[in-house]
Amino acid sequence: MTTTLSAPPAAPPSKGGPDRPDRRATLTPWLLLLPGLLWLVAFFLVPILTSVGASVQTGSADEGYKLTWHWGNYASAISDYLPQYGHSLLYSVLCTILCLALGYPVAYFIAFKGGRWKTLLMALVIVPSFTSFLIRTIAWKTILADNGPVTSTLRDLHVLKVTSSLGWTVGDHVLASPAAVVCGMVYNFLPFMILPLYTSLEKIDPRLHEAGSDLYCSPYTTWRRVTLPLSMPGVVGGTLLTFIPAVGDYINAQLLGNPNTGVVGQKIENLFLRQSSGYPVGSAISVVLMVGTLILVMIYIRKAGTEDLI
Amino acid sequence: MSTQDVAGRSEGGDLRLAGLTKRFGSFTAVDNLELTIPQGSFFALLGASGCGKTTTLRMVSGLEAPSAGKIFLGDEDVTGRRPYRRPVNTVFQNYALFPHLDIFENVAFGLRRRGVKDVKKQVESMLDLVELGHLARRKPTQLSGGQQQRIALARALINEPQVLLLDEPLGALDLKLRRQMQIELKRIQLEVGLTFVHVTHDQEEAMTMADTIAVMNQGRIEQMGSPEELYENPGTTFVANFLGQSNLIPGTIAGTSGDRVEVTAHGQKLTVLASRCRPTSGPVILGVRPEKVQIVVAEADVPEGANRLTGGVVIDASFIGVSTQYLVKLPSGEEISVFEQNTGREIQRPGTEVVVHWDPSQGFGLDGTQDIEAGADVDEESAA
Repeated sequence: MTTTLSAPPAAPPSKGGPDRPDRRATLTPWLLLLPGLLWLVAFFLVPILTSVGASVQTGSADEGYKLTWHWGNYASAISDYLPQYGHSLLYSVLCTILCLALGYPVAYFIAFKGGRWKTLLMALVIVPSFTSFLIRTIAWKTILADNGPVTSTLRDLHVLKVTSSLGWTVGDHVLASPAAVVCGMVYNFLPFMILPLYTSLEKIDPRLHEAGSDLYCSPYTTWRRVTLPLSMPGVVGGTLLTFIPAVGDYINAQLLGNPNTGVVGQKIENLFLRQSSGYPVGSAISVVLMVGTLILVMIYIRKAGTEDLI
Repeated sequence: MSTQDVAGRSEGGDLRLAGLTKRFGSFTAVDNLELTIPQGSFFALLGASGCGKTTTLRMVSGLEAPSAGKIFLGDEDVTGRRPYRRPVNTVFQNYALFPHLDIFENVAFGLRRRGVKDVKKQVESMLDLVELGHLARRKPTQLSGGQQQRIALARALINEPQVLLLDEPLGALDLKLRRQMQIELKRIQLEVGLTFVHVTHDQEEAMTMADTIAVMNQGRIEQMGSPEELYENPGTTFVANFLGQSNLIPGTIAGTSGDRVEVTAHGQKLTVLASRCRPTSGPVILGVRPEKVQIVVAEADVPEGANRLTGGVVIDASFIGVSTQYLVKLPSGEEISVFEQNTGREIQRPGTEVVVHWDPSQGFGLDGTQDIEAGADVDEESAA
């Protein structure tokens, strides 16, 4: 990439002297764009085209795959995995909502009450990410273990009876249940919610709160009419950064779930790594998931961009 | 209580601060303030930064809780009331306009929160008052500083508060715009007839607009009165130095004759009106404003009965068109500044020996035991 930049092609043979600087001027932006474009082609366009291509192939790992434009892969990719799509969507939406509910107060507190501890508190939010994602998720197995304090407390308070009857926990256990999956996801994705929220809240001038209070707003109304609208960029950013990876996540479902909490990601992994002829359908699921997420996100941004949501 | 509405508005009344005190740790920002601001007046709290004027304002608005003392609006004690329950609105120093709302909604904000009907008509007439009706749908960031200032004023005024608080409202504007807004603010105040409490460190701004000025220093009010009173007859060296410039000459009271007090300073006899001389005996600081001092070359030209100081040498003369500003060094080492209006008289060059003189009725006498330099350079500090 650097070579492209440092050694621009010799100026093309010119038609006339005065033309040359103009030609240069029009070329320079493209030359400057080139490294970025190459990066996008190599790491975005090629993989995408590969998956889309693979999704309409037939064959198996042993015999080799052929591009047969077999669109029937999509039919089975959608109809055979409906419950998994449902789980992925449900868990990731729940995770996003819970992250927002937990993250907003934290970000608000750090931004407005953190004072000189701001930086330290934000560092504490990020510090857990220094441990591997996998290890942190496995740690939740211990936290939610049957003989652990969380489960026994919930059991003693008879909360588990209610949640089990609703299907969120299983019997007397928290582990290996939808609730455990969502817990793990919320824990893992919370920093991605807090960071953009904090950034947008921190930018709000505290004097605007005083102005709100001066203009007949109770603390709640000040938040509703001044702080929340001004922090919407953070809310949108945070929910997207949480939702998009959460939809594709399968580690939490794998480690903290049970056979009935299967998510799309698990199926993709399974098709790619454990089945000899899984590539085409696996790719088709990936494409469906990607397009579906893209559509949802676009609708969401549309809505969030309008004043009535604010 | 019966005439109150949602914002706790009651029928008129003066703003009264009784023993108002605010401490931040061991630092006393506002020290036992006693103050009554009559309804409908334009009142200025003038002082350098850190003198407690903004803290006082914030306690009135409710954004800061006093450590001691009470705040009354009319007969009502509002000390414990939350800011959003006080019939008081503030024009903030940096305007604090809501960036996510357009101009119309910024101005309508207070009305909407109080559930007032007919918002549109009121906002439109308020925008007309500040002459910005055509910008109703712009966002605050699209406005110039002066326009934002007027919107901040409109946003507060539309609620018809019993008291409108202005916290250095013109501080961010350039000089020309500031002048213009000073006149504008005064016009609006006369038009709406509300009590304006204006906090500023700019003495000229305070003098232009306010009916009454309270000069604050270290959490206390040094002196309060009309701009003329404060300027012509300052009560302390702080006021004399902070509000305009003063020549202050230390001396000793020698005696009284009729309505005059005689003072000896640097071996020369000076007089001051007894009514304008605070101490009656002992050390005194004699003051006179530079524009009241005249400069002559020959002592014979000094009018009969005038205070005179002889043996001065001009050390600096700056011609600034409308006047010439001289610095005259006295034999005692003291420097007297003289503003001479440009009436076509010959300008004295540095090095010339001169006599300075002034009408004794224009001087004032201050308690001689205070710091003669008090307030002399705080203005520049706070302006910086």
